[in-house]
Amino acid sequence: MEGWMMIGPAEGLALVMLIALIVYALLGGADYGAGVWDLLASGPRAGAQRDLIARAIGPVWEANHVWLIVVIVLLFTGFPRAFSAVMTALHVPLSLMLIGVVLRGSAFAFRSNDPSEIARRRWNPVFSIPSVVTPVLLGAIIGAIATGEPGRIVEAGGSVPFFSTWLRPFPMVVGLFALNLFAYLAAVYLTLETTDPRLREDFRLRALASAVTLGGVAWVVYWMAKTDAPLVYEGLRHEAWGGPLRYATGAFAVSAIAALWTRRYHLARLAAMIQAALILWGSAMAQNPWLVPPHIDVAGSAAPPIVLKLLLIALGLGSLILVPSLVYLFRVFKGHTFAMGRRDEFGAIRANSR
Amino acid sequence: MAMSLGFHILFAAAGIALPLMMAVSEACWLRTRKPVYRVLAQRWAKGAAILFAVGAVSGTVLSFELGLLWPGFMEFAGPIIGLGFGLEGFAFFTEAIFLGVYIYGWDRIPALAHWVAGVIVAASGALSGVLVVSVNGWMNTPTGFRLDDAGRAVDIEPVAALLNPMAFPEGLHMTLAAYAATGLLVAGIHAILLLQDRENPFHRRAMGISLAVGGVAALLQPLSGHYSAQMVARTQPLKLAAMEGQYQTERRAPLRIGGFPDPATRTTPYALEIPAGLSILAHNDPNAEILGMDAFPPENHPPERVVHVAFQIMVACGLAMAGVSLWGAVAWLARRRAPTGTAFLWALAAVAPLGMLAIEAGWTVTEVGRQPWIIQNVMRTSEAVTKVEGLWISLATYTALYAVLGVIVVFMLLHQFRRSPRVEELVVELAEEAR
Repeated sequence: MEGWMMIGPAEGLALVMLIALIVYALLGGADYGAGVWDLLASGPRAGAQRDLIARAIGPVWEANHVWLIVVIVLLFTGFPRAFSAVMTALHVPLSLMLIGVVLRGSAFAFRSNDPSEIARRRWNPVFSIPSVVTPVLLGAIIGAIATGEPGRIVEAGGSVPFFSTWLRPFPMVVGLFALNLFAYLAAVYLTLETTDPRLREDFRLRALASAVTLGGVAWVVYWMAKTDAPLVYEGLRHEAWGGPLRYATGAFAVSAIAALWTRRYHLARLAAMIQAALILWGSAMAQNPWLVPPHIDVAGSAAPPIVLKLLLIALGLGSLILVPSLVYLFRVFKGHTFAMGRRDEFGAIRANSR
Repeated sequence: MAMSLGFHILFAAAGIALPLMMAVSEACWLRTRKPVYRVLAQRWAKGAAILFAVGAVSGTVLSFELGLLWPGFMEFAGPIIGLGFGLEGFAFFTEAIFLGVYIYGWDRIPALAHWVAGVIVAASGALSGVLVVSVNGWMNTPTGFRLDDAGRAVDIEPVAALLNPMAFPEGLHMTLAAYAATGLLVAGIHAILLLQDRENPFHRRAMGISLAVGGVAALLQPLSGHYSAQMVARTQPLKLAAMEGQYQTERRAPLRIGGFPDPATRTTPYALEIPAGLSILAHNDPNAEILGMDAFPPENHPPERVVHVAFQIMVACGLAMAGVSLWGAVAWLARRRAPTGTAFLWALAAVAPLGMLAIEAGWTVTEVGRQPWIIQNVMRTSEAVTKVEGLWISLATYTALYAVLGVIVVFMLLHQFRRSPRVEELVVELAEEAR
């Protein structure tokens, strides 16, 4: 515990960034995942599935999206060297990802603005296809950074290759992992968004399927990290916390599947969220203290302490407004996913006891 | 980047002003319980939602573009101005949250809470605009740091950078510009619709509210512009010289209206000159000395033709808007109801697009007027740009993306106006609401 008490402002800011990134994955990521299920909507209830997705993400996706902007702003304010290196070395995938962000966000807004059937048919692919591509690129960027290749290229100076830093097996697998993770989270959340038992069953099956594939992809990522991202692999394998963290992640993954299997959706949602948070937390801890390995670390790329302190103060004061606002937003629009479920669970308990 | 910003600035301006108009309209509804105000607030909220979504994603692109295109600038400036961006992030976050509450919360939360959510959207939108503009102010008048011998920034004070000399005048000018341009643009569109259907209560009220918001801002804007110009005269004399086409340093410098600077003869012919006007406006003293462009080394000169012409356009548009607003205010006060005379409606329609034009022109003045610097007297634009090859591919892609997006947004917004109810539809709508 003492280690935590003594962290400096740079580490503190890095920690805030990591938390913001995790929240983005849990909320904004799931909005992307919902777009995946929009694309894959099938069966007799395809239309109902799409409606449910639109209703679920409509009020909150913009606020969820801002978490990504928070991460970026903190990165360029707090760690300007790391920001500049990432933006230079990964110019191409970042640009492509941004195009995805723009297309998906605008298409969603346009679609909800005009409920006619023509508009829906016109905007749906522009919404759902980037929902698949963007998470892959996001994952690929994070995977590429973990390999240390972009860091080496920036350090060496000279020209920056367009594709060789990220269009490689490891970053692509990490990209698929991100996509799978987001889709899994979305499916789990969506089980709690509807009162229609058939619709709920649709998303339960989707959640179970994506949980299983997620396990497979996770294994491939871990196995490839041994050669491609040794820093992360070694951290997860040999650090004192590596073992417990891996087992805890696994335990929550299994609990989520078990809860889905037995239709305990609230439990499943909680377990899946902790599972996802632990995955990100673990990979970040394994890479600690490097922001852009192998040369740029937290302490070395941090802005002057006064900047970091002011930023942390601003963050603290800002959260005083932000946290109650967010709680209010989610209470107004996501309250039903708590209350309704509770009623349902009681119903289920009563049904079982009979 | 310029293209992205040029796009972003217009939609951001509309995104700042529309929430205010929608909150005013909802306040009218809460007071009078006339459903037309509620319909109006909902229409504007829809417009605000589209603009916000596009603003959010184009803002994301911009935050990345800062690094993608200007890594040199951000590495230097990030720590100094990051506080402004950080606070802006919060304001933006608040706006996103409460816009969600507002749009999807009709009839779900108490009416007063809903209205407060709208007010928060309007306030945080304006605040985030001010904060972003303060960063631009810092680029014009960089403060809050010291350069060491190696050219690195030391002794950084982010608060001082945020409160740089141009932050307040620019923030005020831009916020008023957003209200004036958007308010009068919307008022102009409803004026055109009123010309066809004079007694339509929907368009009457829509024009009334947007004219009130836009007109007040347009009337205040010349004062804010005068204040900004005085600050420019004090902090960036070269930019002022370029704006005014002032080649020679002189006392009793004239104010030039129109004209086209000629670098060969170093004069600005074809201008209407008001003797000593510039000295008076800039320094409140007819004998004040105005530094001309000759007082500065030529390699630091901005392209004076662009700057001067853009400045003239901005001032002309602003004055036209203020004039029509004054007309509207006098007529409104005289008759105690929003003016709907044919001549006035035509005038309103004529000035409708000028606000957006003035915003672009004003932005050109402040940006091109600072060239060749990206940070005044500290960093040249060429030092800040990315070294990534094939930059034009990115630029072309972003430009195309924004062009497409812009067309779609304009189409969507016009669609909103076309759907504006005619009298008989409104009656139906009212009947439905009464039920």
